[in-house]
Amino acid sequence: MQSLRTRLFAILLITTGLLWLSATVWIFLSTRAEVERVLDARLMEAARMVNSLIVSPDMMKEEGDGDTGRPAQSAIKIPLLEHPHYDRQLSCQIWSLDGTLIGKSDSAPDMTLAPHATGFSETVINGETWRVFAVENASLGVRVLVGDNLRIRDRLVNDLVKGLLLPALLIIPLLAVLIWLSVGRGLAPLRKLAGDLAAREASDLHAIEDTGTTREISPVLKSLNGLFARVAGAREREQNFIAFAAHELRTPLAGLKTQAQVALASDDGEIREKALGQIVAGVDRTGKLVRQLLDIASVEASESARPAAGFDVGETLANLRTELAGQAHRVDVVINGPMFGLRISMDPDLFRLAARNLLENAINHSPSGATVCCRTERRDRHLVIAIDDEGPGIPEEEMPRVTERFFRGRFKAAAGSGLGLSIVERALDRTGAELELCNRESGGLSARIVLPLALVEAATRAQV
Amino acid sequence: MRVLIVEDDDILRDGLKVGLALAGFTSDAVGTCDAAATALAANGFDAVVLDLMLPDGSGLDILRDLRARQNDVPVLLLTARDTVRDRVAGLDTGADDYLGKPFDLDEVAARLRALARRSSGRASAGLEWSTLKLDPARQSVEQAGKPVQLSRREYSILHTLMSHPGVIFSKAKLEDKLYGWQEEIESNAVEVHIHHLRNKLGPGLIETIRGIGYRLGGAG
Repeated sequence: MQSLRTRLFAILLITTGLLWLSATVWIFLSTRAEVERVLDARLMEAARMVNSLIVSPDMMKEEGDGDTGRPAQSAIKIPLLEHPHYDRQLSCQIWSLDGTLIGKSDSAPDMTLAPHATGFSETVINGETWRVFAVENASLGVRVLVGDNLRIRDRLVNDLVKGLLLPALLIIPLLAVLIWLSVGRGLAPLRKLAGDLAAREASDLHAIEDTGTTREISPVLKSLNGLFARVAGAREREQNFIAFAAHELRTPLAGLKTQAQVALASDDGEIREKALGQIVAGVDRTGKLVRQLLDIASVEASESARPAAGFDVGETLANLRTELAGQAHRVDVVINGPMFGLRISMDPDLFRLAARNLLENAINHSPSGATVCCRTERRDRHLVIAIDDEGPGIPEEEMPRVTERFFRGRFKAAAGSGLGLSIVERALDRTGAELELCNRESGGLSARIVLPLALVEAATRAQV
Repeated sequence: MRVLIVEDDDILRDGLKVGLALAGFTSDAVGTCDAAATALAANGFDAVVLDLMLPDGSGLDILRDLRARQNDVPVLLLTARDTVRDRVAGLDTGADDYLGKPFDLDEVAARLRALARRSSGRASAGLEWSTLKLDPARQSVEQAGKPVQLSRREYSILHTLMSHPGVIFSKAKLEDKLYGWQEEIESNAVEVHIHHLRNKLGPGLIETIRGIGYRLGGAG
């Protein structure tokens, strides 16, 4: 795992180093150019100065009269600033135009510094490069050559750059230390947050206090706290579900066991028979509960509805009616004619699940001999599939809670588990439809599946 | 012994009622907090079997109300939530014992007997009065080492009287212990049962305190 601190440190150090390096290169180049320009100007000036010094013909005559054609014994000495490293920087030669060395400075070589007539040139003499400026004085018949050794020039430039680089080399480690400390200090809020998080128990889902953190950390903290709240909520729901599920599963088991023990303990045939009857009813109920728990699990496991398929609403309901006939006490389930042939397109399994639970609820809550009526109606851009019963309905104060898992109201059916409406709501939600419950004016409940007309197959839409 | 069963599951409630009757208890059964509160207000129970999750509230609320009214009837909690935390919450609210579902019917009966015994301040399970011995667990009665056959009602009356020696029970109170709500009470039933008991165990065992009621008499 990479450390943010090391990463920032490396980035800062490398960029700073590169900046230093390019600055140094730039200074090196510009200094060298500047030094060359200045030194060239000095060469030029020196050459012209020498030239002007020897301009008087008398001086030349006086010198040259005695021994014309021979090299002058006393070379012209050009006054130079005394400097330990750069002394005798300049070398000067005066040649007659016919190629005789008239005079030279101490440091100048005996050979000619440059073959050319006027201007700058570079010559290699004894392995050393000289930069030379020449002035030709045609009236006196002499050529003045002033040159300096490039080695000395380079040394000058190098010394300058070294003067810059040396402090840099000393500063960079210091800079590194400072960067390391600053980065560490800058990351302190992050480290504190990490420390706080690490110190928490795995089960601790309380919000982290947002006290004086930085603007950058604050959003992270906010979303973390939001996440904690969501996880805590989910965990609480899960725990409630488990507690309810435990109750709903263990209670029928306890009932079965108790009735079985009653049957075993009693000598009375009537008591035994009644207990065995209760056991059969209990097994049916537990079976239904298990089926519904599995339904809930499958509805919740599928993130979205499976592919839609067209099916006939009337036929589906008629099949469910046949399926439920076995457990129905004498309740008449009527499916209105226009529902047959009406085709909708959605996940058929989820629709079946929802319709089955609603139909089962209607039958179980109906008094014996009552009628359950399945019908459709159109409402704006929606199709309503209603299942109307003649049971007790749902007390208004219980309405908001009936779709909670395991909620069982005042008028609960003996075989209910409190899961049916919860399954219906979730199943319909997955398919884009909605569950609507309302008490009928004539008594009983109207449970309605409300779905967008778009889900009704176009060819049969006229039927609605 | 008269027991109130508070349990919302029809099959379990019925099983407990029938099963406890087989074990010699007289029981009434209700399925909601409301009905339980009404029944407990009557105050004729020796013990309460209480489910925690009821459709109109929690059994713990009933328990809390009961204890707030200084009613110390022994309470046996029945529940599916039997983590340590749930048990502690139940016992701390004032429950006397705790059973997780699914339970054994015999165990429920045994615990109820133990609760009743403790609430009347006795340590041993059996009841004794001179040469008479009553074993609540086996619903058996012995006189001077010989078993005596008693009907269910006769046994209940003897059990009630022997649980509180010296205490006078009115006829109405004995009827309370003998019959659940739905049961028809014959007008002279208690007198008939007492008469049978005197025939089987000797005339001096149960004294009639005229105008007040009955209690265990001298050395039977």
